[in-house]
Amino acid sequence: MSFLELKDLKIHFPTDDGLVKSVDGLTFSLERGSTLGIVGESGSGKSVTSLGILGLHKGGHARISGEIWLDGEELVSASQEHVRGLRGKKMAMIFQDPLSAMHPYYTVGDQIVEAYRIHHSVSKKVARKHAIDMLGRVGIPEPGRRVDAYPHEFSGGMRQRAMIAMALSCDPELLIADEPTTALDVTVQAQILDLMRDLQREFNSALIIITHDLGVVAELSDDILVMYGGKCIEYGAAEDIFYRPEHPYTWGLLGSMPRLDRERTERLMPIKGSPPSLINIPPGCAFHPRCPYSDRTQGKADTEVPALLETEGGHLVRCHLPREERRSLWENEIKPMLETT
Amino acid sequence: MVTYIIRRLIGAVIMLLIVSMATFAIFFLVPQLAGATPEGMASRYVGRTATAETAKLAAERLGFNDPLVVQYGRFVKGIVAGAEYDYGPGVEECPAPCLGYSFITRQPVFPDLMNRLPITLSLAIGAAVIWVVMGVGIGVLSALRRGSVFDRAAMTVALAGVSLPIFFTGLVSLLVFSYGNPFSFAAQGGHYTTFLDSPSQWAYNLLLPWITLAFLFAATYARLTRAGMLETMNEDYIRTARAKGLRESTVVTKHGLRAALTPILTVFGLDFGLLIGGAVLTESAYSLPGLGKYAIDAIVNQDLPKVMGVTLLAALFVVVASLIVDLLYAVVDPRVRLA
Repeated sequence: MSFLELKDLKIHFPTDDGLVKSVDGLTFSLERGSTLGIVGESGSGKSVTSLGILGLHKGGHARISGEIWLDGEELVSASQEHVRGLRGKKMAMIFQDPLSAMHPYYTVGDQIVEAYRIHHSVSKKVARKHAIDMLGRVGIPEPGRRVDAYPHEFSGGMRQRAMIAMALSCDPELLIADEPTTALDVTVQAQILDLMRDLQREFNSALIIITHDLGVVAELSDDILVMYGGKCIEYGAAEDIFYRPEHPYTWGLLGSMPRLDRERTERLMPIKGSPPSLINIPPGCAFHPRCPYSDRTQGKADTEVPALLETEGGHLVRCHLPREERRSLWENEIKPMLETT
Repeated sequence: MVTYIIRRLIGAVIMLLIVSMATFAIFFLVPQLAGATPEGMASRYVGRTATAETAKLAAERLGFNDPLVVQYGRFVKGIVAGAEYDYGPGVEECPAPCLGYSFITRQPVFPDLMNRLPITLSLAIGAAVIWVVMGVGIGVLSALRRGSVFDRAAMTVALAGVSLPIFFTGLVSLLVFSYGNPFSFAAQGGHYTTFLDSPSQWAYNLLLPWITLAFLFAATYARLTRAGMLETMNEDYIRTARAKGLRESTVVTKHGLRAALTPILTVFGLDFGLLIGGAVLTESAYSLPGLGKYAIDAIVNQDLPKVMGVTLLAALFVVVASLIVDLLYAVVDPRVRLA
């Protein structure tokens, strides 16, 4: 069994307007030391998945089914208190906007000390030394002085470093980063991604990066999972997703990535329409209203939910188009368009 | 931080000056504008049987004929250095800080105020303890169990608390819980024992006024706390706190309530400052001889120096309270220290 395994995870929220199927049958696995990128638009269920793994939907209104196995332990059926004990220690999370994710009233050091002392019964002095240590390791200059600063006194990049230091303070085996660089400047983004890669190697932790930015996952991920409407629609090794993608939605994501190696006169190829409402997911293939090829499925697109099938060597795709047609579309139409110089 | 404190202090002093001018203007400028003559104003100080001649003399001696600026200067000087009122037949001493001299009771106002203050202070402090504990506690529970029976019941009672006037709740509770009724557990109105004489008797006498006053405020605070908690518990940093593996109780108190209490601190400071200047309705309903009752009696007797003194003292309390709140804010919220 892998270090982390999700089996048919479903997280649904009953609301007055209907059942919101934020995550609808998600299955994947992840080993120690490797990185999974989860990609999708806003509202595709990425963040709900990560909070679900941490057990942060427990005790709320969410209906959760399926299985989450972490290091041989099942978490969906585990007690709230038990999962709380794992949070921060065995699995930790880095959030998108470090300014709002850190408490404005406590110093950065206090917040790291707090995270450390929940799981280690040490004196404040020892924990503080550890906090300074961690701040130094994530590249914050003068950590002995900065430890007493408040989050608002840090720059955006520094804050994200501090957030990472806090998440790593208990040496977690699973680290989930939810849009870790979205709120940062581009130059700082690269630094943070480098830092995360280095730290992951050092700690040999399993890393899940959640983002809408394929550029970010290209930097770090071994595997990539593309989510749409709460479901996985394509999954594979990073090379498969970047060089042999088979789902029209993934093509769209690749086409909407600005690239310097393309001519400026060239327009981006955005995906038409907007993501589906998770209350009224379109029947059949959830992507069909936006899919330029839905008319080629002999009417199956809007009636049948396509199955997630393996095309080859661990590359999974959820699409009605025949495999050969997908390949030829990619090779003959999409790829040349993306590569025009 | 030091500049922040200095700036707030200067602001408070300026505010006090403005307040004293405004108060002075209300009691001396407005009557003049309304057509009152110096003699007419002086006649209040010399008794009803005085002749026009006496009034005119008194007006001259008390300085009502001087320009208003001079009168204001004299008034401020009285606060700092004390004053003497020479009204003709005699001279009345009013030692500093002289907030005025009542010619009706022939007493300087300030010592009167100081005699009344402990009563109002006792009332306000006791009530504040009850309303903060109850209000914040109920507000937090309501927010955490949003939509539950408890939440709805608490918010209904809170609505009643906010809406019902004190002279109603005060009199009803006196009727039900005092005057030898079966539910009676509290003293009748009009009794006051100082804390130093007998703490238990002090509390027993004040219990019903405390509860009545606290009911009004607890309702407001419960609603404020509930709204604040609902907002903060949705903040990203709460999610972070949970992701660290903190116990839910720690998340709620250390991370949620800490942030939600900041705006409540402001409201509390002003409410409390306002209250120690006289809880007019509660003191009247329970016949407690505090500052509020003093103000009411002075108004009824048209004893202007007393009204003015009590107004100034109350204004001073509010200004000082808001100064303290400002300074506390910087302690509570580190982001304010920069400003």
